[in-house]
Amino acid sequence: MNKAKKGARALVAGVLVLAGAGAGAATAAPAAEPLKATVSHWWTSGGESAAIREFADAYNRAGGKWIDQAVAGAEQSRASTINRIVGGNAPAAAQFNTSRQFRDIVDQGLLNNVDDVAAQGNWDRILPQTILDVIRIDGHYYAAPVDIHMPAWFFYSKKAFAQAKIKDEPRTWDEFIATLDKLKAAGLIPLAFGGQVWQEKIVFDAVFALVGGPELFLKVYRDRDIAAVRSPAFRNVLVSFRKLKAYTDPGAPGRNWNDATALVVSNRAGIQIMGDWAKGEFSAAGQVAGRDFGCFPGFGPKAPYIVAGDAFVFPKTAKPNVVKAQKLLATVLTSPGAQAAFSARKGSIPIRPDVDLSQLDMCARLGLAIMQDKSRQLPNAEMLVEPDLNGAMQDVLTNYWNRNQTPEQAQQAFAQAMKDNTW
Amino acid sequence: MALTVVVAYVGTLLWTARVSVSSARIFPTGDFVGLGQYERLFRNARWLLSLENLAIYGVLFILACLVVGFLLAAFIDQKVMGEGVLRTVFLYPYAMSFVATGLVWQWILNPELGIQRVMRRLGFEDFTFDWIVDQDNALYTIVLATVWQASGLVMALLLSGLRGIDEELWKAARIDGIPTWRVYASIVLPMLWPALSTAFMLLAVMVVKLFDAVVAMTQGGPGTATEVPAKFIMDYLFGRANIGLASAASIVLLVTVLAVVAPLYYARTKAVQRGLK
Repeated sequence: MNKAKKGARALVAGVLVLAGAGAGAATAAPAAEPLKATVSHWWTSGGESAAIREFADAYNRAGGKWIDQAVAGAEQSRASTINRIVGGNAPAAAQFNTSRQFRDIVDQGLLNNVDDVAAQGNWDRILPQTILDVIRIDGHYYAAPVDIHMPAWFFYSKKAFAQAKIKDEPRTWDEFIATLDKLKAAGLIPLAFGGQVWQEKIVFDAVFALVGGPELFLKVYRDRDIAAVRSPAFRNVLVSFRKLKAYTDPGAPGRNWNDATALVVSNRAGIQIMGDWAKGEFSAAGQVAGRDFGCFPGFGPKAPYIVAGDAFVFPKTAKPNVVKAQKLLATVLTSPGAQAAFSARKGSIPIRPDVDLSQLDMCARLGLAIMQDKSRQLPNAEMLVEPDLNGAMQDVLTNYWNRNQTPEQAQQAFAQAMKDNTW
Repeated sequence: MALTVVVAYVGTLLWTARVSVSSARIFPTGDFVGLGQYERLFRNARWLLSLENLAIYGVLFILACLVVGFLLAAFIDQKVMGEGVLRTVFLYPYAMSFVATGLVWQWILNPELGIQRVMRRLGFEDFTFDWIVDQDNALYTIVLATVWQASGLVMALLLSGLRGIDEELWKAARIDGIPTWRVYASIVLPMLWPALSTAFMLLAVMVVKLFDAVVAMTQGGPGTATEVPAKFIMDYLFGRANIGLASAASIVLLVTVLAVVAPLYYARTKAVQRGLK
């Protein structure tokens, strides 16, 4: 009893001392109150949360106070952001993909722009055109891009290649098919494939960009050109895509992307076509790019580099402190220092070329070098079409991949999806 | 209470109906596009397929659950040893979230990991059980797994019904020399009608809201083979940012449910009233 009383008294005294210290600090430096910013995002896996912590630390160092609001799952996170905007309790900043996902919110006038940050940081000059096209709407900048992901890398196991006696990376589509044949002959799974709709779309877009070429890619996705969809060239893309099915294993349908990566990591499969986030799986298994596994972004030195990624938007508010916090966030997130630290952990490449590259792996450096050549940059399909049309296209492709449809049927369905989902 | 009903149910219902006749995408908008979203919906091959899947799934799932549930209940009603343990075992799946167990089912059914692989390793080289990766059979794997989950519930309901049947009745039937199956078919089942219709109603609700099992096991795949309306609605609400179309789909689903369940509910109420008189 006595002891407990003593403890309680000590506790009270401690609290009083702390409170006094706090009050003293507050009176000593009233101007240095940190700019609070709630940031909503969906980066919850090990590597991802380590990456976003780099941003949070950089923001705190710059005089802010980062309040982290991670929501697992991209869709859930975006849904919660939109609900909070509608409910009048929006976060200071929220993550979206560098795509048309946030276009509606801009059109409704619910975002603050960060024009002064963009002007100060010279975004027009340092950012790739593909990203500018997405974040600059009617001359205003509505998002701070934070990374560039290329969703269609080819990752291969060096051991599997050696086992199948493959010496070089394929430089053409035909060489690629020959490579897959050799892997098959060696008793390996040639193509590690995850039979989920979004993964099928990633592989399709890779084939589309490589076999159909960037021009056709843009004609279909950007211009919604029905004639291009009905063209023999597009038919050829569909045929090539379908050809890959023979190189997948029976366990592919429904498989998660990281389980497919694990097949390459364990040398049971030869190649996986997947975004650069797959590198996380390789490094988690202690593998090093260039030593244990190889990466190439397509065939030959002119292969298009598909640009995708993440960006933060800044929901509308009139509170001067929050507006200040939003501007500081936009500045910090796009600054070279934070970009370098973040990219090294995320597996993506920085949005700007003028950062310290020493921490990046071989594939990321290769990607950054390719990005210097503007003619190789190709926007991701999601930058060009609305989410519902993108989904409808996924439905068409997954039906074509999984059912015994003819390419003509798929062409027809593709054209129909375009008509039905354009208002 | 009344206020809760009006605001939470009728209110959201009317709101959904309103959104379904607008061109809303991420945000609800106030414009009016008539039945445009409904027209689009019924041109959407995936929606039509998901309705068809729901019908096939619904019939198979409800039938199988009722049959399996009844057999389990009749079996336990024989005063078997360890009744309490068995009841728990059969009812347990229903207590578990399908998000967790669905993953296990996915592994069991996956030809590269589960039953097929085990059987092949045991020496049956030609053994094939790859329904979950097969366009034509994937839906049946969902039936299989959800019947496993829900038949325990039917068992519990029917068991309580069976326990309510007078012991004298069985004795009388035995004295008259009526075979057991005949007693079940002609006397017991009709007397179980209230319990059966309750089970049916619960199962019907599970059919309509079927979502987590599909997401956990197949994610609607392979391709679109196991798409169901609830997943269609969720996809368009969130991933595809088209709440207009999703609302139209919800309204169609609601109307369908009312059309199927209302007459049943009416018949059941009548029967219960008659039973009470």
